[in-house]
Amino acid sequence: MDMLRNEVRQLNPEQYSETKSLEHASQQARQRNYQDFLIVDVDAHHYESESYKDVFSYIESPVIKMEAMDSMRRAGRSGFLNNQVGYQSIGGRMTRHAGRAHYKAKGKQHRDIDMTLEWMDAMGVDYSCLFPTPMLFLGLHPQVEIEVALCRAYNAWLCERILAEEPRIVSMLYLPFNDPEWAYRTVRDFGDKKGVVGFMVTAPRYKPVHDNAYIKTYALLEEMGKPLCFHAAYSWDDRGLATTNRFISVHSLGFMWFNMIHMTNWVINGLPERFPKLKTMWIESGLTWAYCLMQRLDHTYMMRTSDCPQLKRKPSEYMREMFFSTQPMEVPDDLSILEATFKMINAETQLVWSSDYPHWDFDLPSIIYDLPFLKEPAKRNILGANAARLFNLDLKPVKKIP
Amino acid sequence: MPECFVAKVSDLKDGDRRIVVSGQHEVGVFFKDGAYYAYSNYCVHAGGPACEGILVNNVVDVLNADRTYEGQTFGDNVHFACPWHGYEYDLKTGECVGDRKLKLRKYNVIKRGDDVFVVV
Repeated sequence: MDMLRNEVRQLNPEQYSETKSLEHASQQARQRNYQDFLIVDVDAHHYESESYKDVFSYIESPVIKMEAMDSMRRAGRSGFLNNQVGYQSIGGRMTRHAGRAHYKAKGKQHRDIDMTLEWMDAMGVDYSCLFPTPMLFLGLHPQVEIEVALCRAYNAWLCERILAEEPRIVSMLYLPFNDPEWAYRTVRDFGDKKGVVGFMVTAPRYKPVHDNAYIKTYALLEEMGKPLCFHAAYSWDDRGLATTNRFISVHSLGFMWFNMIHMTNWVINGLPERFPKLKTMWIESGLTWAYCLMQRLDHTYMMRTSDCPQLKRKPSEYMREMFFSTQPMEVPDDLSILEATFKMINAETQLVWSSDYPHWDFDLPSIIYDLPFLKEPAKRNILGANAARLFNLDLKPVKKIP
Repeated sequence: MPECFVAKVSDLKDGDRRIVVSGQHEVGVFFKDGAYYAYSNYCVHAGGPACEGILVNNVVDVLNADRTYEGQTFGDNVHFACPWHGYEYDLKTGECVGDRKLKLRKYNVIKRGDDVFVVV
């Protein structure tokens, strides 16, 4: 029960804190008794670019490290890394993005640990799977060796500076997927590090996931019991998406588009049959794409089984065994449509909640907890227990809601 | 209905606002273009602090007489945007501009002498 208060306050963006910014989220957490059960966020972010100087120091190649360090001195001109055009803050309407600059770290640990734990507690989250932000576009870098170098440096930095220091923060590490041999070595070298609960392929890229070059990586992941996730993003340089002229368009389509391609290739080429114990998770495409693709592939499969002879079941039956993250969860006015989507993907066991915080379209746990068609056990599965089983996390809540 | 003190009239400059918390009520009180407006500070979307974001005029696509597109500009309607996700509200009505069936609860503002009060 919240204490009743009486106050008049002014806005002061220079006193930004996650606790203050998310005060209403904490109210929701207390009202819904989140302290009583586990909540796991399978997709949250930090801005690794704020730590590039430190991250670059982990680059193994002395030549590439020199280029990276030099790039820090020419901000605003041609970059060492690629990026994307975008205006996620909607012209400054998302004030937390500017407010973060005023955030003051509390102790000796990395600032990202302080900030992450603060917003996790404010929302009622026990564990978060942390991902980078600008690196989501690194799969589109024209130089494959730069993707490999930064991926290795970032993973080493993240393991040492963040994951080793804070048990409530875990990650599915970036795979340099444009170089299959280095993708394999990344799993081999980092798979046993503390806090590494799986590996991630950033979806915007143009390598087919069914290429034979990746088979030994999938085999190693399966052997290690580490899930593989595909984290969506957009590319305004994609030939089709390049015809869109507003962020709403490229975002709405792009975050589905690349995962639809990878999912189609994954299923049609029989990878679930070849790697039956390898768990896959599809992140940040929302849910409507899965509902659509299941029906579309099943419909065509019945006429063209010869195109996918490895399949012993309909495509949707394989998809129904995969994991899907919730955010950005589309909530239609008619909730029966959402309920049908939940049924299609076996949400009670396969759906895992994600916030995507601090990005512009983040979700709170209440997006699941407040759904009228879910019973309490289903809510708790989706909010935490499903992910805990996947990541081998303790079910005991550890958060401290302010 | 209890009245809560918001501010001295002279303390509120054009575009200023205060967030008034009184028991279960959390209200954003705006002073803009000579008028006061007060709405619930809980966004209809995800419960964010709806009244704590920026004030911004509506965006307009400019079309020519032949229906070709010319560019964008700002219109005359003032909105405030929830800082969590950008849901925009019409300052004069509290309606959510993406779906005007959705509205923030409106509160009455009273100016008495040099003081401004909101009725909760």
